[in-house]
Amino acid sequence: MSLSCIVLGVGLFVVTQATTSGFEQFFIKTILGTNGAIRIEDQIQDTLRSMEAGGRGSGSNFHVALRTEGKKYVEGIPEPQMLTDALRHFENVAGVSQVLTGPVIIRSSFKSESVRVYGINLDDQLRVSDLENQIVQGHLSDFRDQPNRALLGREMADRLQLSVGDTFMLTAGDQTEARHYRIAALYETGVTDIDRVRVYLNMGEARSLLKKPTGATFLQVSLYDVNRAPTDSTQIQMTLGYSAASWQMREKTWLEVFRALRISTAVTVSVFTLIAGLAMFNTLAMIVMEKTKEIAILRSMGYTRRDISQIFLWQAGIVLAIGTVVGWMLGAVVTYSLSNVPIHIRGIFATDTFIVRWSLWHYFAATITALIMVMAASLIPARRAARLEPGDVIRGTAQ
Amino acid sequence: MPEASPTPSASPAPAPAADLALRCQNIHRFLGIGEGRVHVLRGVTFEARRGQVYAVVGPSGCGKSTLLYLLGLLDRQDDGDIWINDRLMSDRSDGERTAARAANIGFVFQFHFLMQEFTTLENVMMPMRKLGRLDEAAMHARARDLLNAVGLGDKTHRLATQLSGGEQQRVAIARSLANAPAIILADEPTGNLDQHNSGIVFDLLTHLAKENGQAVIIVTHNPEIAGRCDVVRPMRDGVFL
Repeated sequence: MSLSCIVLGVGLFVVTQATTSGFEQFFIKTILGTNGAIRIEDQIQDTLRSMEAGGRGSGSNFHVALRTEGKKYVEGIPEPQMLTDALRHFENVAGVSQVLTGPVIIRSSFKSESVRVYGINLDDQLRVSDLENQIVQGHLSDFRDQPNRALLGREMADRLQLSVGDTFMLTAGDQTEARHYRIAALYETGVTDIDRVRVYLNMGEARSLLKKPTGATFLQVSLYDVNRAPTDSTQIQMTLGYSAASWQMREKTWLEVFRALRISTAVTVSVFTLIAGLAMFNTLAMIVMEKTKEIAILRSMGYTRRDISQIFLWQAGIVLAIGTVVGWMLGAVVTYSLSNVPIHIRGIFATDTFIVRWSLWHYFAATITALIMVMAASLIPARRAARLEPGDVIRGTAQ
Repeated sequence: MPEASPTPSASPAPAPAADLALRCQNIHRFLGIGEGRVHVLRGVTFEARRGQVYAVVGPSGCGKSTLLYLLGLLDRQDDGDIWINDRLMSDRSDGERTAARAANIGFVFQFHFLMQEFTTLENVMMPMRKLGRLDEAAMHARARDLLNAVGLGDKTHRLATQLSGGEQQRVAIARSLANAPAIILADEPTGNLDQHNSGIVFDLLTHLAKENGQAVIIVTHNPEIAGRCDVVRPMRDGVFL
């Protein structure tokens, strides 16, 4: 029974870690692959409280700054190239892409919808996102080679009944002129807010459509070490005077959900581990009771208290070793089986099968947990066995 | 012919120290707590010479088994001293007493207490493994010799559960002799056996012990067995008569 408790405990630990961290990691991968590690958007300006040098109502043009009252955020990046060059000096910055966005109306022969154009330089965008792997139909090379080509989200294309090679029209916000574009490829991120809304155009074409010859809406930044995003974004903000939002901050709500899920799973596994530990303790305690005569005889032969406790500790150790290895195998088999379970998820990421994460750390952590449980469960019975007085035991059995 | 039982008023002449395998003096032992506390042994003094077989006889509850466990260092006396091979052991640490048991004392109990999951050979080798004086081959050889001596040389690889009661007790005797101890303590060794096997077990025990110059102390209810020992010490109410 102790062996099965350890096998199940280790296996369950591995499976729960693989599944909970699997979805979370996939979500993070999707986020980084769509909106990047850091997004730089607005210029930050300190607002000063000031007064006319000659007092209020004096009409003086000379103002005295009294104190910094707050901050004002000015939308957009007027000098994106200058900011891009400055960002490249940050050692953790791997890539920077300028993005220009604006509201448009898309029209197909079927219907029209409000969407957003994203003007990009493809090569820069490929360095800061996973766009290349998100293409589900068509070719990115068509988009690169032809200025009037576009990338549409598959969901948007389905709604408009468009496919690769079809043409559609875009009309910018308050403009009347409609422009024709041909679909070079369809992409799918799994994020509904992206797949239904974004139309990628080459930067030059976007500028022309949106009538924005200069500037950028935001810069998308990729990092070598994505876990340093909060620190880097703070540094960028302080140094360059632009708001910099890390992916952790942007997706805080969902990350908190995953964290809560992990905690909930950890509590469940901990409870099971505790029960398994109690079962093992019970089993070993019963064995000590059943083996009192054997313990007494061993003591009469000259086996010390330490020898006796070691017998039980070795027994626990062997059960731990076998149980852990079998538990690993069980965990791996169940994890693999789960990874093939069909499950259709769209909304925050796209997957058609259950997502698991394979990591040696899960197996190591499961082993440590099992070790602690076995040690805790076996020490007391082992000590109890060692403390048995042989005379008392034998006297009790001699009739 | 066994010697006449010595009376308390005529104590046996003290034997030379070299002949004494075991000695105890003025042993007191209480068992139980509170109102149930019983003065089981009331100042018992005893000696056992090498090569002699002693029988301690008496009614149930007179303290004979309690005395045996104290002499075997399985229990601690409340007062008095115990010497094993002329070395005072009664006030030693648990580790020292355990080591003294391993080297000097062999036990045979009413219930054989063999390790059921092990073979007869492995059971006999257990005390030798603990003492650690012999290598594996030597332990094997000695265990085989002992099992041959008790008539079980062809059953060395049988599990203890595959032997009869008499055979298991013979294995227990072989085990008690494994480390060639100076003292064999037997608590009702034939208590669980029929008459035929009782005779065989007793003869084996005493023959091997005398052959090796060991002191044997047997606690028994069996007057026939007691009558075949060298010295009979009757006990009543915690004292030798």
